[in-house]
Amino acid sequence: MKRRLFLKSAMATSAVATAVGAGLLTPNMVLANSAGFKSKSKAVAGKIAGAGKGSFKFKAPKIAENGAVVPMTVDASKMDGVSNITFFVKNNGTPLVASFNLAGAVGFVSTRAKMGKSSPVTALVTANGKTTAVTQEIKVTIGGCGG
Amino acid sequence: MGKIKLKPKARNGVISIKALVKHPMETGLRKKKGKLVPANHIIHLVVSHNGNKVVDADIGSSVSKDPYFKFQVAGAKGDSIELKYKDNNGKTGSASAKSK
Repeated sequence: MKRRLFLKSAMATSAVATAVGAGLLTPNMVLANSAGFKSKSKAVAGKIAGAGKGSFKFKAPKIAENGAVVPMTVDASKMDGVSNITFFVKNNGTPLVASFNLAGAVGFVSTRAKMGKSSPVTALVTANGKTTAVTQEIKVTIGGCGG
Repeated sequence: MGKIKLKPKARNGVISIKALVKHPMETGLRKKKGKLVPANHIIHLVVSHNGNKVVDADIGSSVSKDPYFKFQVAGAKGDSIELKYKDNNGKTGSASAKSK
């Protein structure tokens, strides 16, 4: 069983794998999310690097007092053909917060996320096959991911 | 299981959908009395407007407890909005409401 856990964690994203190596995460934690979600998270991380600057509005607090509830809003209602809106918190154990596939809906999503510590938060909007991003640093005074 | 509050409101041809789902959203990373609390969070959420799927979301464990979502869809008063979710334990929940 140990070997299996090791293999699985070794296959996880490099960042997560190094975290495991450093003893920050136990294999149990790594397996908390499904493999599919993890590969998606990795894909999103790759997308951020290649995304241009977005022309949509990303509303989030600069300083979040309570990391357990951080409201964030993407308003891309002025853009046409928005097919996906994604929230990504870089320093979270699970960086991909949520990915909303929109079909016919207005490019507007508002939700609340948990943040373990201060981190750059990126909102990604895919419209007409093109992905753009807006990143904002959010400071957290009390972490919201337990401990 | 979880309670869902769903409030669609139509204004100027756009329905604002506010949804509040009661769900613990455990990440599986948190410890309680030295033991890990098993993961229990929503992984999939679908919102339909008059039977057509408009939002299909993959939700991660980083979404806060009792998650709140807001969407906008073009539509009018009286349209039906339905929300369905599925968590990582395979449990599902749904709610529907007529737009006001």
